Amino acid sequence: MPEALLQLRGIEKRFGRTQALRGVDLDLVPGEALALIGENGAGKSTLVKTLTGVHAPDAGEIRFDGRAVRFARAHDAQAAGIVAVHQETVVFDELSAAENIFIGRPPTRGLAGLRVVDWRRMERDAQGWLDAAGAQFSARTPARDLGLAQRHQLEIARALSVNARVVILDEPTAALSRHEIQGIFRIVERLKAQGVAVLFISHKFDELFAVCDRYTVLRDGASVGGGEMRSADEQELVRLMVGRAVDNIYPPRHRAPGEVAMRVTALSHPTEFAGLTFEVRRGEVLAFYGLVGAGRTEAMLALIGLKPEATADVEIDCRAVDLHDPAQAIAAGLAYVPEDRRGQGALLDFPVGHNLTLPALAGPRHAWHGKLSRGPWLSARREGAFAQGLIERLRIKAASAEVPVGSLSGGNQQKVVIAKWLGLQPRVVILDEPSKGIDVGAKQAVYGLIEDMVRQGLAVVLVSSELPEAMNLADRILVMRRGRIVAEFEHGAPAEAIVAAASGIAEASAA
Amino acid sequence: MTAGRFTSLREASLLAVIVALVLLVGWRAPVFLTLRSALDVANESALLAILVAGQMVVLLTRGVDLSVASNLALTGMVCALVGQAVPSLPIGVLLALAVGVGAALGAVNGLLIALCRLPPIVVTLGTMAVYRGVAYLASGGAWVSEQDIHAGIKALPRAELLGVPLLIVIAAGVVGAVAAWLRWGPAGREVRALGNNPDAAVYVGIPERTRLLQVYALSGALAGLAGVLWVGRYAIAFTDLAAGYELTVIAACVIGGVSIAGGIGRMGGAMAGVLFIGVVNAALPVIQVSPFWQQAIAGAVILLSVALNAGSQARTRARQPILEKA
Repeated sequence: MPEALLQLRGIEKRFGRTQALRGVDLDLVPGEALALIGENGAGKSTLVKTLTGVHAPDAGEIRFDGRAVRFARAHDAQAAGIVAVHQETVVFDELSAAENIFIGRPPTRGLAGLRVVDWRRMERDAQGWLDAAGAQFSARTPARDLGLAQRHQLEIARALSVNARVVILDEPTAALSRHEIQGIFRIVERLKAQGVAVLFISHKFDELFAVCDRYTVLRDGASVGGGEMRSADEQELVRLMVGRAVDNIYPPRHRAPGEVAMRVTALSHPTEFAGLTFEVRRGEVLAFYGLVGAGRTEAMLALIGLKPEATADVEIDCRAVDLHDPAQAIAAGLAYVPEDRRGQGALLDFPVGHNLTLPALAGPRHAWHGKLSRGPWLSARREGAFAQGLIERLRIKAASAEVPVGSLSGGNQQKVVIAKWLGLQPRVVILDEPSKGIDVGAKQAVYGLIEDMVRQGLAVVLVSSELPEAMNLADRILVMRRGRIVAEFEHGAPAEAIVAAASGIAEASAA
Repeated sequence: MTAGRFTSLREASLLAVIVALVLLVGWRAPVFLTLRSALDVANESALLAILVAGQMVVLLTRGVDLSVASNLALTGMVCALVGQAVPSLPIGVLLALAVGVGAALGAVNGLLIALCRLPPIVVTLGTMAVYRGVAYLASGGAWVSEQDIHAGIKALPRAELLGVPLLIVIAAGVVGAVAAWLRWGPAGREVRALGNNPDAAVYVGIPERTRLLQVYALSGALAGLAGVLWVGRYAIAFTDLAAGYELTVIAACVIGGVSIAGGIGRMGGAMAGVLFIGVVNAALPVIQVSPFWQQAIAGAVILLSVALNAGSQARTRARQPILEKA
């Protein structure tokens, strides 16, 4: 192995009673990408914060360029050329792209004896870095107008502009479409060619195999293995990650679709989607697959009444449903579990119990309305029993129903968000990217839960951008592209055909 | 309620500070430790407590109601004028009028905020000026002085129920009802949820607009009730009644640990905040602080307590991400 630029040996870090890192060894080599693999809670984020000087390690040694270093604060690490691009991008919305890139260190020029910002140079230089990062927007664009992928490009441009020698990409592709992910790959290749050492964090193995040269696996705060990416195989990596063999994260399928639970006819919206017609049966998983921006989430929001301009005929259990009020959709037996768990699903400061009972209080006409109260007042006992039932049914790991949801792990937060809907005994459950951002173990649990729901006769609509997930769980896959359903596949259809339909290649070749 | 242990810890420490303050002042001026003086503080705090109960609910939704003091002045003025014109009107009708007018003024705020989607701070800043202006128009700038105040209104603060001043009874009833609504009412839980995460609240079908409208109407109704009681207590109605008092109301909430960012706060804490302001205001004249200094010192003490509170809140927050990693 060539000389390492950044070397970690026996790094330890403790927060209160929690030992977050217990002996991490890691080598970053110029011109190579290292995959950092580990479940949520394995210590990846803490390690990144240690590398970037946010946390000082309690024990162990960091060697940079052959010398032992101590980063007292984030600024020191940045000055040394270590830059992290975070999963949730840190961008100043009201500033232009150029200002974001040069924040805190704007180029200046002299004017009448004063140092003033040299706007022209800032914009010119920023445009150069943006071009180098593969961005196609102007440096003058206000950051608030940038999409998620563009924000990543902006952050990468910022990293490039400080002459970074180590770039840490923390789940850079989590929210990106296939096409945009290709762009990220190109950037990684370019960074490697420039002799930068890249640390690449992702839950998606295909990405790691595509761009990384070596890997290090983290489990419970310790590095438990590493090696060359090209001689690794996925099973082995998963085994290292979870400490046991996980042969198949998908549960066995037992499907017996019943009568139609929901029938949607001509779901349309002036700008987002048009003419969506489909039905889903009891005991069936119907997946919506497509690229990010294909209109899937928007269509689901319309179903639960959050897109007032949308029109359609919707029947649930053969009864017509009005599309203009979430409370009515809930009353009709529709449950929507949103994609953004922290933003839209959970009340993080609320206790687990109150999170679980909230929908049962809110809907005015559904089966549970009023059952948690005595007269007009809520009954703590009935609420507690309701919450406890769901905690047990979904095996949510929480110290009690009183702890805030924000203190649970990502997988358990996701379970709470799903559980609160199951409590209402809905007819149709829409799950929007249910496994996004959770680790293998939690994914397995969520998939098991979906299987359980189907077995109990629920109709499940799964919005997923992960093809293996859609292919393994769904009985039928509807592919959406640019706001329209362009293809339908049965379970067992070849992946190539589904991807081709989603990206529009099939149409092009047919034409 | 949320992060329960820390919140109650904060309330306990606030109460300890209040007790220490009382003992300290009592040591310098023993008259401060008499029942008479305690009743004075309670009586003085009763109106503040009513306003704080309404304001706290608004703050829970991530909103703020800056128009309460103007609403109080306008409603007080309307009741004084009506009482002056029709001296035979029963007091019950005047009380209902106060609550009704106050609720209507609050509902105007609520409509602008919930339906027109305007920021609460801007809306209530505007209506704060408008209501004060209407009070001026209604009275023509004149005072309604003691002899013209309706006898029933004047009698209210002097009335007692089982030996307890009626003002305190009314305040306790209002505070208890609002606290129960927040604790055990489904709508109260929804209000808290709305402030905690508005997006998630909409997804579970909480009627956001209805709740916002209710919350501002409630705050207005309580301001109206406080208005008629205020006029009775001081036996006067004039345009500048309670000018600037909205800031005292918000200060009491914040001292009591109600978060301006919404979703967090308990009635017990807010009432401790009311008590704190009541004690500070009563103590300063007793220990013969110059009237010129009183306002500045009261303000500085409030600032200090908010700073201490904010510090403990930040520490609680900072602990969370670490827990999450665990």
